[in-house]
Parts: sequence; structure tokens; C-alpha cells
Amino acid sequence: MRKWFKSGDPWVWLNAAAVSVSLIVVLGLIMLIAVRGFGHFWATPVFQAEYQLPGTEAVLVIGEVHESEVVSVDRLKNTGVNVEGLDPRIERQLVKVGNRDLLGSDFRWVPVPFLKNIQYPENIVVIERREWGNFFGFLVALKRGQDTIAQGDATKEHLAVALERAQELHKQIRVIEKSEIGSINYSMERLRLQRRGYELEKELTPEIEQKLAQERSALESEYQGLQKRLNELYTEIKRDVLVAKISDGRELNIPLAQIVRFYEPNAMGLFSKLAHYIEKLVEFVFDEPRESNTEGGIFPAIFGTVMMVIIMAIIVTPFGVVAAVYLSEYAKQGFLTRVIRIAVNNLAGVPSIVYGVFGLGFFVYFLGGSLDQLFFPEALPSPTFGTPGILWSSLTLAILTVPVVIVATEEGLSRVPKAIREGSLALGATKAETLWRTVLPMTTPAMMTGLILAVARAAGEVAPLMLVGVVKLAPTLPMDGDFPFLHLDRKFMHLGFHIYDVGFQSPNVEAARPLVYATALLLVAVIIVLNLAAIYFRNRLREKYRS
Amino acid sequence: MTHGFDLEALGRARSHLSLRNENICIEARDLQLFYGDKQALHNINMRIPEKRVSAFIGPSGCGKSTLLRCFNRMNDLVETCRIEGQIEINGTNINNKALDVAELRQKVGMVFQKPNPFPKSIYENVAYGLRLQGVKSRRILDEVVEKSLRGAALWDEVKDRLHDSALGLSGGQQQRLVIARAIAIEPEVLLLDEPASALDPISTLKIEELINDLKSKYTIVIVTHNMQQAARVSDYTAFMYMGELIEFGDTDSLFTNPKKKQTEDYITGRYG
Repeated sequence: MRKWFKSGDPWVWLNAAAVSVSLIVVLGLIMLIAVRGFGHFWATPVFQAEYQLPGTEAVLVIGEVHESEVVSVDRLKNTGVNVEGLDPRIERQLVKVGNRDLLGSDFRWVPVPFLKNIQYPENIVVIERREWGNFFGFLVALKRGQDTIAQGDATKEHLAVALERAQELHKQIRVIEKSEIGSINYSMERLRLQRRGYELEKELTPEIEQKLAQERSALESEYQGLQKRLNELYTEIKRDVLVAKISDGRELNIPLAQIVRFYEPNAMGLFSKLAHYIEKLVEFVFDEPRESNTEGGIFPAIFGTVMMVIIMAIIVTPFGVVAAVYLSEYAKQGFLTRVIRIAVNNLAGVPSIVYGVFGLGFFVYFLGGSLDQLFFPEALPSPTFGTPGILWSSLTLAILTVPVVIVATEEGLSRVPKAIREGSLALGATKAETLWRTVLPMTTPAMMTGLILAVARAAGEVAPLMLVGVVKLAPTLPMDGDFPFLHLDRKFMHLGFHIYDVGFQSPNVEAARPLVYATALLLVAVIIVLNLAAIYFRNRLREKYRS
Repeated sequence: MTHGFDLEALGRARSHLSLRNENICIEARDLQLFYGDKQALHNINMRIPEKRVSAFIGPSGCGKSTLLRCFNRMNDLVETCRIEGQIEINGTNINNKALDVAELRQKVGMVFQKPNPFPKSIYENVAYGLRLQGVKSRRILDEVVEKSLRGAALWDEVKDRLHDSALGLSGGQQQRLVIARAIAIEPEVLLLDEPASALDPISTLKIEELINDLKSKYTIVIVTHNMQQAARVSDYTAFMYMGELIEFGDTDSLFTNPKKKQTEDYITGRYG
């Protein structure tokens, strides 16, 4: 036994165990969020059953099982239900019944012993709507104005055709509303600011005023045209209405303009389920959120996260590198530099919300406020930069991550062999030339390492962002087709905050929970992709500058 | 008397050189060097002749490399180093504070003990010094790179892969590349700090041949701990011991007929 201890084997085992536990934890975490999140998009079967509590009439329930748990029967008893003849522990299921507009809520708990005659009829349809969540029930008829154009079994085929048309129209409406009218509004606002600017400078001559008024009326007439076109499209899209029946027999009119898609989960084969899954997944990644973020996609959040990180990287890299170069190459090494180094290292340990408070006080109110006074007086009192936005978020995260870049770069600088520096100096290079031509290129892999760490930290940070620029729902992306294309003053959406918002601030928690997992997985994926890109570049640089 | 050093066995023809007949390139007067409180060089007075190979020999730590690094002010990089006395190179006092060190180092090139090519292509390594001087013309660069590589006897080995990384060359090739890099900016003096100590015998031989070729154009000062090498390549030899210059004279006399007892002891292998 003593010999075994002396051989060092126990330590090897201990280390191996530590590594395995870490690996298992990481893999388990990713597996959990992957399964929970991405299971959500799979078309689950929808059952129909008679639900009868003792002493009441049976009602029909249609829905999909979300989760089930075993509970003590006493809990049921407390709600006044007769529980005679039941096991002390019964299973209950959380059923998504949809039809929030008619039933009041999307989800209900159903004790399994009271469900009878469970069936999976193939003609149950699920309709995803733009409002009121999903519809579960049966198709009855398709109406065009007052005429019924299809009824019963024929409804489905006609619905598919009519829906395609409605969606095409919807897409056109969205383009007009979002980008064309949005861009006119943007130009109008700029005109207004321009006019106000001239006014403030007391340069508003009648000629200028006339010119501005002309431009304005041109925009207005363009707007009128679009509005007319929009009205036409709206009448067009309202043409068809679907009549459908829910579990308790009530009929409901659903305008086709409200329908995102419909499917019959019980009639779908594996391949159509797969196609449905991919469609949902693509929607999730590339579409905008609907219904206070609980439906639809999270593209603005992905875009905002990536863009914020990129702007941060553009700010933090030169700043950190320059600071590191000064600190390790030029500053006289002594007490002061040691203090600065300690301070820099400790900056990385300051809680991030503190940076958020600093960012709000210094960047947003002080810097942004001053910028507004100086450069955007025409927009006052409404702030341009004196309000949280993507620029301030990136800057705040840049100071949060600059210590990492400084430390990594300093390390890289100290790894450049003395012989290389001397070789360059001996050829008549000054210190600055040596740094610029030889030492810094050799340090780029270390800089990339710093950047990788900074990106990993910044992309996952949420707390400070809540103070300096992230919002629940941003009406526009920070980059679009309106000059100057990159709008650093805009607020943006962020995956981390989206998780928090959807999971804990949502009115419909049950519906949102799978999205929390899916969004979390996507956030992890975004960070991994950003890191892999940086690692790829670093390896190429390493190859180039190995010595 | 015999001193156990047969110069002819080293393949060296007797020369009849004398310091008195030479043009002087580097002159040190009362040179003292301190690292902090410790004195590393004591009262060095020497005159190094132009377009000849002068070797510094002596046991480890005797100050020969330190002295060499005085000639291009490489000791400036050591913070605690302090120098007194004068060094004149072609009539200019280089210990003058106002002197442009970068300009000095263009005139006094240096090759180090271990090959230190930059992690760039062979071409860019040789062109480095010229680019520093702001030469951008492709034609001039091409010309100088070829001339320097030929001068360093490396051209034939690398002409087909000029744009490959210099780190792919062997140690001996790297050292010749570094010499090519140094002569590309046409210095007046070439300082070699144990240039062959990290190389195998064949590479060493090539470097020695190269030194022989180069001496018609440059004043060469070489530090070596290998006495045979000093005897083979140099015209003049300085023996240093404990930070002092013991003896400096033409190689033939120093090795066959040393004036000082310490020199004799060293070259006959009684210590060091």
C-alpha cells in the first residue's frame, strides 16, 4: 500500500478523476440544454381524450403532453375532488391545450386517472397564429367573404393554397411596413433634425426652408403611395377566413392573415416531421420574435450579441495592446509598474454589474450627454448618444475585458527571444522599429489568445448590459440600409438578456421555458463559433511566427 | 622554445603583418566598463586595423564579448551598464551621448552566437536592414538580396526558396543568412560574437571560409573561445584575461612567440 502511494499512481488517478468530472459536467450541461431546447421544435402527437372529474360531466380535451410528474393524491383532495379508489400517488400531466383566446390559458394540469378513451385522431390540426398562441382542434370550413369555398375534408387542400397566398401578401406587407416606411420615417426625422439644426444656428433662410419643405413633401407623397398600397394589401389578405372547431365544440373564425402555419401532427410521417422540425429551427434562428418573445425566432438577439462582441473586440484589442506595450517595453520597471499590474489584474475580478453602473454614469450620462450637447443639439431634449446603446455596451465590456488582453499581450511580449530583438537592433533599427516590424508580429498569437478570452467573457456577460443598452425588444437592428448604416446609438437585443427575459419576465412561462434552453444553447454556440474563428486565426499566426 | 602551437599544421601560411603598417579602424582609449558596481573591463587600449580579421580570445567571462558589444553600443541595452573612456571608429567617438545609435549600428554590423533569423522569409530577412532605411524599390531589394546571399555563400542553396521561412534552414545556413543580413546594409565593421560556437564542424568550416572572403571588404572582429579557430582565421589576435587586455598583436607572433606569461599559459593549455 505504501509502495502504491509512493509510485504516484493515486495522484494520477485523482487528476484523471478531476478531469473526467469536469468533462462530464460540461457535456451533461450541453446535453441537457440541447435536449430540452431542441426537443421543443419537434412535432409531438396531439391526443384527444375524455376528461371527467367524479361528479361532473365529461369534457373533451385536446392537447400535447409537455411533462408529467407523480404527485400525492392529497393535493387533489384539497381542491375538493373526490379521490376515493385512487392510488395514494397519482400521475398528472401538463397539457398544452392552446386556444388561449377561448380557454383562458395555454396550459393545464390533468390528473391521468381521470382521462378516458385517449385517441390520436389524424385530423386534429395545430395552427400557429400570430396572436393568441397555438390553436388545437379541427378544420370546419374555408370562407371567402360570405361564400363558403370548402367544407369538411376538402378544407385542408384549399387552406394550403389560400395560406400560401396570404403568407406572400404578409411578407409584402412586412417589407413595406418595416423597411420602406421605416426608412421614410428615418429620412423624415433627419429632415426635421436638419431643419431644427438650421434654426438653432439661425441660418434658416427662406430658400433652405423651401428646399426642406420640398424634400419633405416628396417623402410624404411617397409615404401616401405606400400607405395606399398597404391598404390594398390589407384588404387582399383579409379575403379568406378559416372556420375551425375546438375541443368543446365552439367554432372560431381565424383570418388567414393570422396564420403562420398549420399541420396535422398525428398524420405526419418521420420525414414530414423532420421537414417541420427544420422549418421551425430555421425560423428560430433567422426570424424575429413574436408574442412578447415567446414565439418566433431570436435573430435580432443573435445579431445584437455578435455585433456587440465585434465592436468590443475592435475597441479592446488596440487599446489593450498599446497599454501592454507601454507597460512592458517602455515604462521603467519599478514599484509603480508593479502597482499598475496588480491593479490591472484585479480589474478582471471586479463584479461586472459595477462596470455597468460605471458605464451608465460615465459613458451614457457624462460622455453621451456631452456628445449630444456638442454634436446633436438639434435633437435635444431627446437624447441621441446620451441614452443606453450598443456603443456604450461595447465600450463597457471593453473596459471589462481589457485586463485580459493586457495580461496576454504582456506575456507574449516577454516570450519574444532577446536574440531576435538584438538582431533587429544590430541592423540599425530603433526600438520602435524593432517593436513594429518584428516583436509585435511575433506577439500576435498571444494577442489573439487575449482576444479569445475577452470575447468569451464579453459574449456571456448580461448584468452590465442591462444598464447600458440591452432591451427586451428592439424595433430595429443596429445595422440597416439607412445611412450611415451602422447605428451605434441604437439599443439592441442580446441572447443572454433574452434568456433572462423569456424565462423570468414572460407572461407565459410554460410556453417560454423550452425557448430558454434553446436560446441558451444558441448562446453557447455563438460563443463557440466566435472562439473557433479566433483560434483558427491564432493557429495560422502561430504557424507563421513560430520561433 | 616551443609552445605547442603549430600554426602550419592548421593550414596557415606565415604572414608578415605588423600593426605599425596598418590603417586603424577602431581605437579604444582607457576604456572602462562597469555593470553596477562591478568592473568588467579595465583600461582597455587597443587599435584594431582596417580590413583585417582580429580575434579576441580568452577564458569564459574574461570580457571579450563585452568589449565587442562596446563597438556597436549593444551594452546600452543593459540598464546598469556604465562606460568610461573613448572608442573611435574611423575617427568618430561613438561613446558620445548625442550619437545616433541606429546610424552607428548600420555602420557596425553584428552577428551573434546563436543564429537569430527573424520569423520571416529568407528574402525579408536579408532585406530587413534596407527596408529600415526606407528602400522600397523592388529592383534594388532584389539586387542587394542576391548580392548579399552570394557574399555569404548561401545563394546557391536558397535561390529557389527565397520566400520560404528562414526558420526552415539548418543552423549553419541560418548563421550565414544572418551574416548576409548584416552585410546587406554594407557596414564598415563586422562584429562576430562566437559565430560558429553553436554549429557543427562542417558549418564552422564554411563560416571560416566566409570570414576569409569577407575580410577584403570589411574590418572584422571575431570573438571566439576556440584557439584553433582564432589561429586559422585571424590576422591579429587579442588575448584577454579578467577584463584586461593582456596582449594584442599579429596572430603569428602571438601564438608562436607570446610576450606575456599569461598568454603563453593560456595558449599552451595550462588554464582556461
